[in-house]
Amino acid sequence: MTTTTSPPVTDTSHVLEVADLSVSFRTEGGTVSAVDKVDLRLDAGEIVGIVGESGCGKSVMAMALAGLLPASAHVTGSARLDGSELLGAKESTLRRIRGRDIAYIFQEPMTSLNPVLTVGRQIGEVLQAHEQLSRARARTRAIELMNLVGIPSAHERVDTYPHQMSGGLRQRVVIAMAVACGPKVLVADEPTTALDVTVQAGILNVLRDLRNGLGTSILFITHDLGVIADIADRVVVMYAGRVVESAPVQDLFDDPRHRYTAGLLQASPKPDRYAGSDRLQEIPGLVPVLSTHPDACTFADRCANASAQCRTSEPPLVGYAGEPQGDHLAACWHPNISGHEENAEER
Amino acid sequence: MGRYLLSRAWQSLLTLFAVVVLVFLGIRALPGDPARALAGEDSSPSALKAIRHEYGLDRPLPVQFWKYIEQLLHGNLGVSINTGSSVDSMLATALPVTFELTALAMLIASLIGIGTGVLAAVRRGKPVEWFANGFALIGLSVPHFWLGLLAILYLSVGAGLFPASGFVSIWSSPLDNLHHIILPAVILGTGLSAVLMRQTRSAMVDALSADYVRTAKAKGLPWRTVITRHALRNSLIVVVTVAGLQLGELISGAVVTEQIFSLPGFGKLTIDSVFRRDYPVIQAVVLVTATAYIVINFLVDLLYSVIDPRVRVAGKDS
Ligand SMILES: Nc1ncnc2c1ncn2[C@@H]1O[C@H](COP(=O)(O)OP(=O)(O)OP(=O)(O)O)[C@@H](O)[C@H]1O
Ligand SMILES: [Mg+2]
Repeated sequence: MTTTTSPPVTDTSHVLEVADLSVSFRTEGGTVSAVDKVDLRLDAGEIVGIVGESGCGKSVMAMALAGLLPASAHVTGSARLDGSELLGAKESTLRRIRGRDIAYIFQEPMTSLNPVLTVGRQIGEVLQAHEQLSRARARTRAIELMNLVGIPSAHERVDTYPHQMSGGLRQRVVIAMAVACGPKVLVADEPTTALDVTVQAGILNVLRDLRNGLGTSILFITHDLGVIADIADRVVVMYAGRVVESAPVQDLFDDPRHRYTAGLLQASPKPDRYAGSDRLQEIPGLVPVLSTHPDACTFADRCANASAQCRTSEPPLVGYAGEPQGDHLAACWHPNISGHEENAEER
Repeated sequence: MGRYLLSRAWQSLLTLFAVVVLVFLGIRALPGDPARALAGEDSSPSALKAIRHEYGLDRPLPVQFWKYIEQLLHGNLGVSINTGSSVDSMLATALPVTFELTALAMLIASLIGIGTGVLAAVRRGKPVEWFANGFALIGLSVPHFWLGLLAILYLSVGAGLFPASGFVSIWSSPLDNLHHIILPAVILGTGLSAVLMRQTRSAMVDALSADYVRTAKAKGLPWRTVITRHALRNSLIVVVTVAGLQLGELISGAVVTEQIFSLPGFGKLTIDSVFRRDYPVIQAVVLVTATAYIVINFLVDLLYSVIDPRVRVAGKDS
């Protein structure tokens, strides 16, 4: 046996530890699986990027952590925040954890703020709920937080409404709200997707500063590999509800082992590739509906290297022979190892 | 905010002036000669002439209009042909009754309608929602005059719980007053509460799936705060509009309700004056009704800008 498995769930040295997390939805057309046996860990002060195509289950996975999914969702597995189990916890327990220990930033700064409350009130609310601050005290703290996330003239803006702000400022308000109680884990679900590039860079800096200054661990969801390269320490690649690869950011970019990851890298623009005649590569095929592939590699239908094995058994998420301690894991029967092909039999 | 209100107030004043002109011209365009109505069918030409002169009806229209405005500005609405008492004093006794009736109906309808609407939205697919929907269906489809008659038949005459008719002023006995007016108010409010329930429910269902509610939940706010401060507050923007529009319905409903319960209100005054061709009273009634509508619209706008900050800014920009 020359493979390693992902860290055991009993290890509590990680801030967030997700094991075997599955989510399915009850719909009119039957049960639809959205997340399938996902393992994930997040260390203190670490920024982990989650990438994957639209619909691969990134948001559902993230929302499941704090019990934010609708009642039609069926969640199984384990998610431990500082050792205590989140999944299946009582609603009252979760309510105390949300916003205080695990906080969220959502994609759309235009709609994720309440249009009829001032931004100061919306930031202050978190503090009032979790730290029993008075409204006046919460407002003062809101101004401090707005300064922290780089909102200019915060003492004036604190009493304005979301529609009076630009998208970038709004997203900073959302971030101020999320970090108000100094959460251990910040889940940022495509926080920059709706923003233009210069504003995006500003937001990424704010998040990086928060990590450096407050030691906040960040789960950063995006489908933009450029952003991942910019901010993440480690990357988890998701495909059709499963984790297909997980590696330190540099390793992943240098040495993608899963064909899907390699495809993703080829599909994202790089400056040097514009210079040549190379066009962006599209990964052929569509993201499959997960429930149709219970015992197979979900990527098999789109993979050029797929074998019979790929279609009959699900590859485990494992490290590669020769580096059992490594943290570069891939779920592939025929991983691409430093440029040369390996047979599954050799693993 | 101030400028927005100022511009709305100015608009309201212009509308009011237009109403005054319309009422003035409308009364004069009605078929039949008011002088003849005043003097009686078989009066002599000289008597008619005297009456025309007395009421200024022989003067040119602009002069008549000016006199009319002058009287209005002095708060003088004329004298009832039928009773001979001043229209002002008739309104002063009738209006408070109707005001109390509609305000109470509005209050009851809002409490019931918004309350059940929120419950139905929060407990979707549960018995509460079916109950609320059934209630709304009944409230919307059963005419309230029939409900009123049923209520008189069973609750007042049958069970003797409420007086079947009549009115006691709130100043002479608040408790008796409530006893007389609560049943008519509930009956008058049923239709509106059904409308408000439906509007609240659909607005709340939308709001509950909105991103900002997800944000509020993710912040760890208590469920009650998420519902009231975030979802309901946004839903109220729609509900207030509907309530404002429905106030007109409520006023016309009050006319019927007052007839059924023999309340000496504005509705009764209207119907009596129309049946007796009491022109000065009709004129005043139309004017008051129109003014009420304008004031209500203004108040709804005011409420709007309190609930929805975006309205304030829109007003500032224009
Ligand atoms: N409430 C729901 N009921 C049924 N299916 C759902 C529900 N929410 C999400 N899904 C399904 O779960 C799958 C994963 O959705 P998810 O939003 O997590 O994708 P994503 O990776 O975040 O995509 P994107 O990049 O577009 O945000 C999708 O196929 C989606 O249709
Ligand atoms: Mg998403």
